[in-house]
Amino acid sequence: MDFGPFFLLATLEGLVQAAVLCLTALGLSLVFGVMRVVNVAHGEFFMLGAVLAWWVADLTGGHPALGFSLALVLAPLLVGAIAWAGERLVLKRVSYDPEATIVATIGMLYILQQTTLLTFGPDARAVDPPFYFRVEFPWFGYSGYKLCIIAAAGALLLATWYLLARTRLGLVMRATRFDRETAENFGIAVDRVYALVFALGAALAAAGAVLVVPVRQAHYLMGGDPLLLSFIVVIIGGLGSLRGTLVAALLIGLSDGIISVFFSPTLAKMISTLAVALVLVFRPQGLFGVRAGA
Amino acid sequence: MSNRNHKPGPNAGRRKTLRTLGAAAGAGVAASLSPTLFPRAYAQSDPIRVGAQFHRTGIGASYGRWYERTAAAAAKLINEEGGINGRPLELVVEDDGTDPKRGAEAVEKFATQHNVDVAYGTLFSHVVNGSAPRAGELKLPYIVVSEGYHVASGQLNRYVFQPGITDVRAQVSSMAPWVASNLGKKVTMIFPDYAFGHDHRDYFSQAIAAQGGEILELIAIPPTEASFTRYLPRIARDTEVLYHVMVGPGVLTFVKELGQHFGSNRPEIFGFIDSLEAVDLKTPQLEFLEGTYFWEGYPRYAQPDQTEHDRFYRAAVGVDDNGASLGDPKDISTYAHMFGCWETLFIIKRAMEACDYAGPADRGRFVEAMEAMETFEEGRNHPQGRKVFDARIHQCFGHQFISKVEGGRLNVVHRTAIEDGRYEAEADYTAMPL
Repeated sequence: MDFGPFFLLATLEGLVQAAVLCLTALGLSLVFGVMRVVNVAHGEFFMLGAVLAWWVADLTGGHPALGFSLALVLAPLLVGAIAWAGERLVLKRVSYDPEATIVATIGMLYILQQTTLLTFGPDARAVDPPFYFRVEFPWFGYSGYKLCIIAAAGALLLATWYLLARTRLGLVMRATRFDRETAENFGIAVDRVYALVFALGAALAAAGAVLVVPVRQAHYLMGGDPLLLSFIVVIIGGLGSLRGTLVAALLIGLSDGIISVFFSPTLAKMISTLAVALVLVFRPQGLFGVRAGA
Repeated sequence: MSNRNHKPGPNAGRRKTLRTLGAAAGAGVAASLSPTLFPRAYAQSDPIRVGAQFHRTGIGASYGRWYERTAAAAAKLINEEGGINGRPLELVVEDDGTDPKRGAEAVEKFATQHNVDVAYGTLFSHVVNGSAPRAGELKLPYIVVSEGYHVASGQLNRYVFQPGITDVRAQVSSMAPWVASNLGKKVTMIFPDYAFGHDHRDYFSQAIAAQGGEILELIAIPPTEASFTRYLPRIARDTEVLYHVMVGPGVLTFVKELGQHFGSNRPEIFGFIDSLEAVDLKTPQLEFLEGTYFWEGYPRYAQPDQTEHDRFYRAAVGVDDNGASLGDPKDISTYAHMFGCWETLFIIKRAMEACDYAGPADRGRFVEAMEAMETFEEGRNHPQGRKVFDARIHQCFGHQFISKVEGGRLNVVHRTAIEDGRYEAEADYTAMPL
């Protein structure tokens, strides 16, 4: 394939990757930003989103679009509810202690993954895309649905931005994030905000998974990659900086797609990981992060 | 690939049922025979314990599920017919998670905790490579159903056998002439990037070169990969034949993305059915496979010239004429591979009976009895067909099938001869000490 079409394909792949990564990483970043909790179970919320999407679509039957639309609404809600319960039952009990929460979320990772294995089973399950058409470029074909993932992720990101920047709920979250004690003094129920943010973070990951599951498959081990990539993105973007997260997700998603196509996916992972190391050495607060105490 | 009826719970239930069945069958046989037939110290009801190492979880789970069902069906039949040496056969199942490290642990457990007589059943080549050395150290016969060339290459040890399924080297060598003369000579290969895929890469390249063909591009993909589009631009433009073999949870995505990439404008495609094992050919977006070819170790769809043995075997393992579970038409079997579990268990029985196997102290004699075998004739115990066993490399050679996708099913268009895949043994396990 010539360079031009090759580059086009690489960019498309990168954009799809980046779109889903934006949603997933934003969830992780939000949880860290507001709660200061490093959520190691984040990838499992992604996996749960995909598995629940299969479950909802399978139960619904009929036209694939019907099941998929229901899944897009229900799966994030259900995952959010599970995360909310996890937050109440576990994270709150360890008083959000940074070290304890890491261990606790590692435990949640295994509980979620193994429960899925026990109930959903070890197989990969396919979810039919709501629609399927093939975009025929002169050099290669591309799934039309994949292009729509980019648009749908964009819309979801806008909705999240609106929630955070333009609603009272968002204001409360931002206030908590800015200064927990002051927020508490102003009568904000920080405790409830935490639970809500944890649920929202998980729901964002689940939404990303629902979008991507028709072009992947739901599998109980699928949470590993999104977790790794989300951490890479959040560290490069700056822990807790939402803007940084979005920029880094685009950067990592695109470079991962392009390097994967031109060289190899393994090299792409190596470069992303190297970028994290370099950022940690030379700019520990991340590209857009603010230095602690500043 | 629906699996609602087969969660680990019911698996455990099946094992228990199997044990009960085995015990009942054994008791029945024992009651009907004179006690003088059992001069050894073993009580009549003491079962022969076969450690069954299956991929219940991990990336090989869809194979593991069917390997386990097939083994259970064969064990049930063996027990109904009197067991082994008059003793019931009991399968002791361990899950290795399709993980080499856990595979070695499973072997360890078989030998030290379960005290099994022999171990059997492993599929994924990296798990075999991880487990077999431990079996050799423990002097536990380890009889795999894996396809990889690792057994025949001589790199493992005297306790490892593969008598139930032809290895990749023989498979691809036997089919390369057909591919070269019917589909084309300029080949791009897509294969999983680990031992099994490397066997394909090495021996198909060699075999196609021998036919005057050439490999244009070798595309290795990690078996845990979930997205494949980015690998596909590397398919050379003047490719005449695309050769694909893929494993792992992403196989359906792989084939779908192949279809998106090519549309109707595709080269000839020759795939190993591994890329579609446990996947329904009638899945939406797989229509582009119409007119492409697949290797099958054993034809998934019942053919017009179906043998009575195939009919019997299908019914015994609970598979319909389309290769799906009798209980759930969406639950597609791994038909092209799992026959190896059936046939291997009968070979174990035959070897144990040949050496009058009584207990773990006889494991060395069991190995020698295995090595004394030469052929397995087609029949109920070997429904896939006749096989020749080369004791030096502990490997069997059998027929292979090439099928064409027509009307959403696979029709056999060519069956290779056993000799087509034979190669000179490069090792001799029988010369190794026991």
